[in-house]
Amino acid sequence: MKNSKSSQRLLSSPYIAWAVIFIIVPLCMVFYYGLTDKTGAFTFENIAAIMSAEHAKALWLSLGLSLISTVICFFIAYPLAMILANMNVNQHSFIVLIFILPMWMNFLLRTLAWQTLLEKTGVINNVLSFLHLPSLNIINTPYAIVLGMVYNFLPFMVLPLYNSLVKIDPNVINAAKDLGANNVQTFFKITFPLSIPGIISGITMVFIPALTTFVISNLLGGSKILLIGNVIEESFTQAGNWHLGSGLSIVLMIFIIVNMVASAIFDKDGEGSAL
Amino acid sequence: MKKYLSVFCMSTAVLLSLAGCGTGTSGENGEVVVYNWGEYLDPEVLDIFEEETGIKVIYDEFETNEIMYPKVESGASEYDVICPSDYMIQKMIENDLLAELNFDNMPNAKANIGKQYWEQSQQFDPENKYSVPYCWGTVGILYNKTMVDEPVDSWSILWDEEYKDNILMQDSVRDAFMVALKLNGYSMNSTDVSELETAKNALIEQKPLVQAYVIDQVRDKMIGNEAAIGVIYSGEAIFTQRENPDLEYVIPKEGTNVWIDSWVMTKDSQNKENAEKFIDFMCRPDIALKNFEYITYSTPNDAARDLIEDEDIKNSPVAFVDLSQYSNLETYQYLGEDGDALYNELWKEVKSN
Repeated sequence: MKNSKSSQRLLSSPYIAWAVIFIIVPLCMVFYYGLTDKTGAFTFENIAAIMSAEHAKALWLSLGLSLISTVICFFIAYPLAMILANMNVNQHSFIVLIFILPMWMNFLLRTLAWQTLLEKTGVINNVLSFLHLPSLNIINTPYAIVLGMVYNFLPFMVLPLYNSLVKIDPNVINAAKDLGANNVQTFFKITFPLSIPGIISGITMVFIPALTTFVISNLLGGSKILLIGNVIEESFTQAGNWHLGSGLSIVLMIFIIVNMVASAIFDKDGEGSAL
Repeated sequence: MKKYLSVFCMSTAVLLSLAGCGTGTSGENGEVVVYNWGEYLDPEVLDIFEEETGIKVIYDEFETNEIMYPKVESGASEYDVICPSDYMIQKMIENDLLAELNFDNMPNAKANIGKQYWEQSQQFDPENKYSVPYCWGTVGILYNKTMVDEPVDSWSILWDEEYKDNILMQDSVRDAFMVALKLNGYSMNSTDVSELETAKNALIEQKPLVQAYVIDQVRDKMIGNEAAIGVIYSGEAIFTQRENPDLEYVIPKEGTNVWIDSWVMTKDSQNKENAEKFIDFMCRPDIALKNFEYITYSTPNDAARDLIEDEDIKNSPVAFVDLSQYSNLETYQYLGEDGDALYNELWKEVKSN
């Protein structure tokens, strides 16, 4: 007994070391920089900076765009996950593979590919003009950013939904039908409530990366649309103001924590997040 | 586009080279860590240097001076040789980040770099102690002759409604404000709040017309006919014209920025001798010529210019413009921490608008 405990501790030590070095220490540094000014004195100024017009606007825009992306992802992913779950193919791993496959390509390359597709003289517009159709001018607008978010984060919505849907016992659904429920009633009374853990986890996994992204808005927004992620990135890289960048990151963390608490409440077994 | 690709490639390269160090494959005569602009020398030159000297080059790239500075200041990366621009060199000298160069070890630098460029360098390096000029040029307007019919000679064309969604601006704070300040007849080193407010408002007014704020991508987008007008560094102009003959480069009549990028050595450099060898190697005429042909940025190396065989390039009004015909050219000055903060604040207002 004693032995297995100490061997457990030994085995977990690499993970603990990893967590301390790459999660705890950086987090402490973010809080240190976020709560101090250039002289090292304690201040809330960097956090209060979120109230300034430019920062607040960037934050609202980020929240808005990531919310829209999450909703779109949900409405695309739910039917898809249901179709996949009902396909009855006993090839779970194959389906996972289909969705993981695009992720083998670098995220930046996939986003750059969208730039090439959407450009004024890009692939899509060339095809459209060949067919004498009106051209598509969404590059460097918020639409392109939402498109990039939906495209990049869709698998993170599909997989948890699929996971929670395949776990529903078919007998439960058969019982509902036996008792006279039609398809719509079965869906709203049985399938949907049982898939809520997957929904919550899918929302978290799309909303958080969408909220914090700066690459998608840079590449597909032509740097014209300032999201909160861009503000933070630029305070580190361009302005060299680590204190402001860290302070704004703390504000962003609040939104992330709220989201994660919600997902912890609804998804107690953590089943939705099992990829 | 290049930004992310090059960051990705370079981080992989740095990781690989670090792994290389671990296994003891550094050159027989040690190494030198170089931090340069993206695509700012002929990669073959590095191979020649390694072969001739036995010094291993660890090469890393940045996209703007502002990105480079915090990395060097924090001391996280041990760079030996860096290639910043004028005002950034001034800032680095003021903040004691640079080491004095020993020119006795650098015969090529003294002999080959033209006198006028040393004089120009004195604006940011008053005694020519810290820097060796590598490239110079202007910032101007690149336009596509098939899309723009009227003569282009002023920054004001960037505010012309007719070219809505066809204008590319520089996504770097000093260059963007330079355009707006010069348009209004102010100095591009202004720290006057009301002048900067005017410039900021001009940039906000311009924003709906701008297709995108980009840096290196101006080149690719202009070559691909993606936009009609772009703000670009003169060094890119020759390259873009080679790829797309419809493009033309002009220096606007309101004046512009004349810049120099120079090699400097960091104060904390562990390989000072190798660093000086590297800088001197870059000043060798054949090497400077190789770099010029590859990157097409104007070289201050007179001996290299003499070696250029193509007379059109040698006397090109773009690559080797006679600056004396312009009266309102300026070089960026370091504006101090408050000045930088003010510019950044105003730029953020432009971007978030």
